[in-house]
Amino acid sequence: MSLCLREKHDRLVERARIVQTIRAFFIESAFLEIETPQRIPLNAPEANIAPVLSGNWQLQTSPELAMKRLLAAGYKNIFQISHCWRDEERGRKHLPEFTMLEWYRSHCDYTQLMTDCENLFRYLLPQAQIDYQGHNIILDQPFERLSISEAFERYTDTSPLQAIAEDRFDELIAFSIEPQLGLKRPTILYDYPAELASLARCKTGHPELAERFELYIAGLELANAFSELNDPEEQRQRFSKEAGIISTNGSHPNLLPEPFLTDLQNMPAAAGIALGVDRLVMLLTDSHSIDQVVAFPPEDL
Amino acid sequence: MYNCSDLKKGLKILIDGEPHVIAGFDFTKPGKGQSLYKCKLRNMVTGSLFDRTYRSGESFVPASLVESDMQFLYQDDSGYVFMDQKNYEQIVLTEEVLGNDKYFLVDNMEVKVLMFGERGIGLTLPIFVNLRVTISDPWVKGDTATGNNKPATVETGYTLQVPAFVDEGTLIQIDTRTGDYVTRVKE
Repeated sequence: MSLCLREKHDRLVERARIVQTIRAFFIESAFLEIETPQRIPLNAPEANIAPVLSGNWQLQTSPELAMKRLLAAGYKNIFQISHCWRDEERGRKHLPEFTMLEWYRSHCDYTQLMTDCENLFRYLLPQAQIDYQGHNIILDQPFERLSISEAFERYTDTSPLQAIAEDRFDELIAFSIEPQLGLKRPTILYDYPAELASLARCKTGHPELAERFELYIAGLELANAFSELNDPEEQRQRFSKEAGIISTNGSHPNLLPEPFLTDLQNMPAAAGIALGVDRLVMLLTDSHSIDQVVAFPPEDL
Repeated sequence: MYNCSDLKKGLKILIDGEPHVIAGFDFTKPGKGQSLYKCKLRNMVTGSLFDRTYRSGESFVPASLVESDMQFLYQDDSGYVFMDQKNYEQIVLTEEVLGNDKYFLVDNMEVKVLMFGERGIGLTLPIFVNLRVTISDPWVKGDTATGNNKPATVETGYTLQVPAFVDEGTLIQIDTRTGDYVTRVKE
């Protein structure tokens, strides 16, 4: 379903307005807008995210490492809107090159980011409601908080740990849980099993859980957030574990982003979140496919 | 061999030795999770539809299918008999495989038969066929519910809507893609 450029006009106008409104929100909230290089020596090794190679370097899969190095240098509240690349991700909700909004806060944990999400959506939508693909979603009350274990209890026949053991966690999230989330009001799905969040801090008193959440509206996954891990040794171990999975899958060299690991020892307690701008535009323009909200999907180039 | 990134609507792959076509396709990837390739698959022999989800790293054998030029000979108890125009070998297609295409077959008609090895699993008909109307009641004036159309049955047993002026015995042209009436044929 390729829409011609002229038919996309209204959505592209709305897209520009949304991006400008995001900027205004963060500037009013005393965040500093940052730009970091999109072509980098090495991304954080993550088992299920494949970088696009660019010579001997890589295109960023996320600006996360550079943003955290800024936190380590004392920058407190920062945001960035940038392009990211993830190889072979293509579908109704995926483009291999897409636009990401990331924001980070020092001296905070992920609960502050939940509040940020509520405030950002109310700022974007003064009318406090969204109509998306037949769903009417109300924003004028707190977003629903649903833990991963509650979600598995409500929507599946198993527990998160059992699902991981049977290697069907992702299937259950994608096909049984996601489609049920955020249909009446936005849902914050929180506290993931620790092994599914290699850059997140574990929950105090619950080492089996990571302080990670995802924001869902109308079944669309919009954002992923953590309380950031700032222990360089633990981060190195987790990176090595991820890199090990990658090297058994393919031929990536077993290198780690050393400058990031060095700086991490200076990073204060912090929380960070990545929100897919294209999906946000889909949601706010009632678009079924991500192709409708970008001028050129890769197949049209 | 195909891998997951080759999967798309229309691709033909072998599953358990049978040819399947991808009738619906959706890529999904829950945050930080694995890529999931959800396919709606149609068994090209039986027509049965089912869902299956694949993950990165899986591979697929292409289903190699050939279209052969054939002539329709006749129908008997075994099914519908066709002859390969090149080697004059005969094959039989069952009613189940033909589906509605059986209504548009005329003796000696040239068609393309989709072959999976030695098995015929589908048919490409000419776009237009001429069939004679065998039953059609005269149009009742004032019957506005159906506009100026009325039902008619042709020699193969297929029933369709035709204009009021088409009488029994008339030869008509039918579009095999839609099954609709096109025009009267001058004889």
